[in-house]
Amino acid sequence: MFEIVESRPLGPDVKRIVVRAPRVARKQLPGQFVIVRVHDRGERIPLTICDSDGGAGTITLIVQGIGKTTRLINALEAGQGLLDVVGPLGNPSEIRVHGRVVVVAGGVGVAIALPTARALKDAGNHVDAILGARAKDLVILEAELRAASHTCIVTTDDGSHGRRGLVVDPLREFLRTGPPMDLVLAIGPIPMMRSVAEATREAAIPTVVSLNSIMVDGTGMCGGCRVVVGDQARFACVDGPEFDAHQVDFGVLAQRNAMYRDAERVALERFREHPERDLERVPRPLDSEPCRLAQRHPEWNLAAGDRTSAESSHPDAILRDPTT
Amino acid sequence: MTNPLKPKERAKIPRQEMPAESADLRRSGFCEVNLGLTPLQAHTEASRCIECAHPKCVEGCPVGVKVREFAQLVQEGDFAAAAAKIREDNVLPAVTGRVCPQEHQCEGACILGKKLAPLGIGYLERFVADYERNAGHVSLPARAPATGKRVAVVGSGPAGLSAAGDLTLKGHDVTVFEALHEPGGVLMYGIPEFRLPKEIVRSEIDNLRRMGIVFETNIVIGKTITIDELLGEEAFDAVFVATGAGLPKFLGVPGEHLVGVYSANEFLTRVNLMNAARFPEFDEPVYACRDRIAAVIGGGNTALDSVRTALRLGARRTLVIYRRTEKEMPARLEEVGHAKEEGVEFLTLATPIAFLGDEAGRLRAARCRRMGLGDPDATGRRSPVPIEGSEFDVPMDVAIIALGTGANPLIQRSTPNLDTDRRGYIAADPETLRTSRPGVFAGGDIVTGSATVILAMGAGRRAAASIDAFLRNVPSRSEQAVAAANPGS
Repeated sequence: MFEIVESRPLGPDVKRIVVRAPRVARKQLPGQFVIVRVHDRGERIPLTICDSDGGAGTITLIVQGIGKTTRLINALEAGQGLLDVVGPLGNPSEIRVHGRVVVVAGGVGVAIALPTARALKDAGNHVDAILGARAKDLVILEAELRAASHTCIVTTDDGSHGRRGLVVDPLREFLRTGPPMDLVLAIGPIPMMRSVAEATREAAIPTVVSLNSIMVDGTGMCGGCRVVVGDQARFACVDGPEFDAHQVDFGVLAQRNAMYRDAERVALERFREHPERDLERVPRPLDSEPCRLAQRHPEWNLAAGDRTSAESSHPDAILRDPTT
Repeated sequence: MTNPLKPKERAKIPRQEMPAESADLRRSGFCEVNLGLTPLQAHTEASRCIECAHPKCVEGCPVGVKVREFAQLVQEGDFAAAAAKIREDNVLPAVTGRVCPQEHQCEGACILGKKLAPLGIGYLERFVADYERNAGHVSLPARAPATGKRVAVVGSGPAGLSAAGDLTLKGHDVTVFEALHEPGGVLMYGIPEFRLPKEIVRSEIDNLRRMGIVFETNIVIGKTITIDELLGEEAFDAVFVATGAGLPKFLGVPGEHLVGVYSANEFLTRVNLMNAARFPEFDEPVYACRDRIAAVIGGGNTALDSVRTALRLGARRTLVIYRRTEKEMPARLEEVGHAKEEGVEFLTLATPIAFLGDEAGRLRAARCRRMGLGDPDATGRRSPVPIEGSEFDVPMDVAIIALGTGANPLIQRSTPNLDTDRRGYIAADPETLRTSRPGVFAGGDIVTGSATVILAMGAGRRAAASIDAFLRNVPSRSEQAVAAANPGS
């Protein structure tokens, strides 16, 4: 059980949730993701880690409610939990000094781009950010992205915030006016990533995208996340999730991501009609097994005072201290 | 010896037949195919054992189950004691009694088999394990006094569970790490319910918990924790890497990324581990097979498991496409027979050279090429030779690629100085299972490539013996800590 310690809305159907997952939090690097299963009948879905706090043992996930599982997660409150969280998975973003980096983020893609943008800036790059959404209320994490970049342009499809247009428009301006870009990182919906890749292809500007293919285990075992990169099958979970945008076959990715569209519709309708069937299965901290970590690693300061008694009364709560 | 029958009388008893569910019923659900011997059948079968002085069956068993002794106990009617006897060498009798290829191991070595049918050792093993579980009292072997040494087992499949069981009995403190949300490895995600009910796997794992083994799920070694951290801050004295095989192999032909083309690993994981057959009651879906055509590419047990799963998901036509003939198929004969009874068709001497899709990228057919058989290859099987110009299309909506797996790179990439072989598998001594890193052992599919449950369990047992010997020669963490705290003493 992984306790949700904070859950707050960022926009319509978008929530920022903070989950206690100490082992993941200590290891997480920008670009990595977790696989989450909400309850014992849940599916396994990948969610990119937006931020982590190793000291507090928490990770931050930004969840856009699209399908059944993401809507279920967004219906949860602090104090409830996710049954399974595993990670950090995938290769971290490559952080080094490129020079001028343009980070293009569309929709909730900004949640994935943000930690990488921050790390690239901290590493000494000049980071220009372009943040786009359909409309003003869907623009999220703008202040955070501004802090993680030197300049930040916001675009909306309807012009309700920032410039009217698509994220690729300011990018094309950059291409015309210079200074030269050394790296473009594009994360967002598939059509957006594809148009960025097309925009930078001719000038041969190194362009990286983070791919969100369908996964089950997230460790390379199932091959469901395979994507075509440079005519080769690559697994987004162990070879990615970041790939050279100019090599990616976005058409195959879009088709494969639509594979379960019918099932997704059925699941969502069922959830809308009877949300209680799922909400009842969502674990709560006290009826789950205790976190042995707090006992094995007292230096991590994980044990919240009021939970200690519940944990130590659990039959499995054996102090597995190697020095005894 | 207690068998009241004379050898000639025993020879007259026919091998007992395994009762099976009717093929009609099997097609429509995931009920177990084999139903298990009755107590009378088990007693009769055990009476056929001629109690060799030097039993070849024991030598033929990768984990060395004391077949003669347990068969005698069955013949005497003490089924619980028979189960306990098996447990001395095999931590998963209800599993191996179902999925072992006994015809190549214990039963293949049985002397009876020279003139008559071999003793039904697998049937007997399954019978006593089921008897014990249904009786509600599993007698677990006694543990040696605690050694204070801690062992991390990476992976909770057959190799990991077998090693964990033996190491626990030797008094070591064992933690098993599992990447998925439920322990069992291939027993949970790979082998279908109709061959190995998941409740049986869960109950065997509960037995291991009762022996004192700790299972930690949702931990990917190499990602969540590295091998170096296990030996460092996590304070383990030794590590056994038993992560199994990994990345599924694909054909590498055009169209393999069409919607409807699966690896066997993914297809089976969705149905077995994630319960996709019960969608939408369970959330994980599987691409619709109902009233459609499903084909599997490959001829091993995983291929048959996949195609028979598709059949149970409602496919109106199911095919096995294999590039050699049935004779060369690596699948167990029993499974091939069961599949045929259920109506699975076999298209042999053919291989897909492309998958064809519609405008939405959904699979609609496989373009296949006929194959002939040439000279024997390294495995001794005649190798398939393509026949040019023989292409033909097989309509299908779902294709499942079951061609085996390659090495999963997660541990190798994250562990400095851990040697691998040319194919990326971890290099380990075949006897001691030591790797190039002191204190790190490896066995099962991550060393050998795809094999069987029982071979992995055999590797787990050898690893446990080798790790035990290794641990006896190193001071435990606590001893090291004391020594460090009192440098003068």
